[in-house]
Amino acid sequence: MSEAAATTLPTGPKGVVTDFSADMQSFQVPWGKAMMWIFLLSDTFIFSCFLIGYMTVRMSTTDPWPVPAEVFALNFGGQPIPLVLIAIMTFVLITSSGTMALAVNMGYRKDKNKTFWLMAATAALGATFVSMQAFEWTKLIVGEGVRPWGNPMGAAQFGSSFFMITGFHGMHVTAGVIYLMVIATRVKKGFYEKRGNNYEIVEIAGLYWHFVDLVWIFIFAFFYLW
Amino acid sequence: MTAQEGQQHPLGIYIFAWILLFILSTGSYMVDYLDLQGNLRWGLIVLFMLVKAGFIVAIFMHMKWERLALKLAIMVPPVLIVVLMSMMSIEGDYTWLTRIEFFGHSTFSTEPMNH
Repeated sequence: MSEAAATTLPTGPKGVVTDFSADMQSFQVPWGKAMMWIFLLSDTFIFSCFLIGYMTVRMSTTDPWPVPAEVFALNFGGQPIPLVLIAIMTFVLITSSGTMALAVNMGYRKDKNKTFWLMAATAALGATFVSMQAFEWTKLIVGEGVRPWGNPMGAAQFGSSFFMITGFHGMHVTAGVIYLMVIATRVKKGFYEKRGNNYEIVEIAGLYWHFVDLVWIFIFAFFYLW
Repeated sequence: MTAQEGQQHPLGIYIFAWILLFILSTGSYMVDYLDLQGNLRWGLIVLFMLVKAGFIVAIFMHMKWERLALKLAIMVPPVLIVVLMSMMSIEGDYTWLTRIEFFGHSTFSTEPMNH
């Protein structure tokens, strides 16, 4: 895209027509960013299918659905607190989203060190989230006897929905932690500094990470709170 | 701001969105902690969820500052999910009725149904 094009492009609905019909690239963003958005769009459909599948089995079962507030309660001093671990996991993920947003910002300010440390903090918070999820799964499988094919609390579909949805999300978080660590290491080594001091990749990694947080918000609302 | 300079914004807007996400998440959790029921519960859960999702996409993912062509290309297709959701909702109800018709009440226990 030329410099002149960027300054003369119309905005609003007219801009949409220009972007799609003119003899040039449609999306005025780096190709990596456009591709990440399209990947995230496809991922949106995958997670939606899981959540809609969960909705369907929950609506169609004639057995009582286990009460998430009770299933996911933790005891503190003999007092059960509903969903407390899930709430902490939510806050951990939101905190990581904040550090990631700041990392992207520092990347555009060409601040190599701050970008690295904020990305490292994001990856560490992500790893914390996955560890807490591993603890939650262990508690459910070992402590409460939840299996994908049944559980002592009610509808058998509870286990299959739970393991499928949170498992797929946990896999995304794990992949995100690895992705962030790879990019953060390259930032620290000055890989992007040598390539024209271009930190766009940090924003692309950030898009993926924010998406993981976004999916969790929907899982939290539909699976744990509903 | 042009595409060449990337997404450079003041830090304040990120901090604002961040704090808001914390407040809204606390709100979501309080819905369960205070054991709200009925339409108030579903309404608040969906409201907090959509506002949080909106802020993440708009501010953290920079969608607010993208050109309309990208906004439409990414935000419009997910609307189709509502179609699948409606169809499966009808299907789920039908399956439930069919099961009641053929198997009678719950096979698990005699407790009132909570679905």
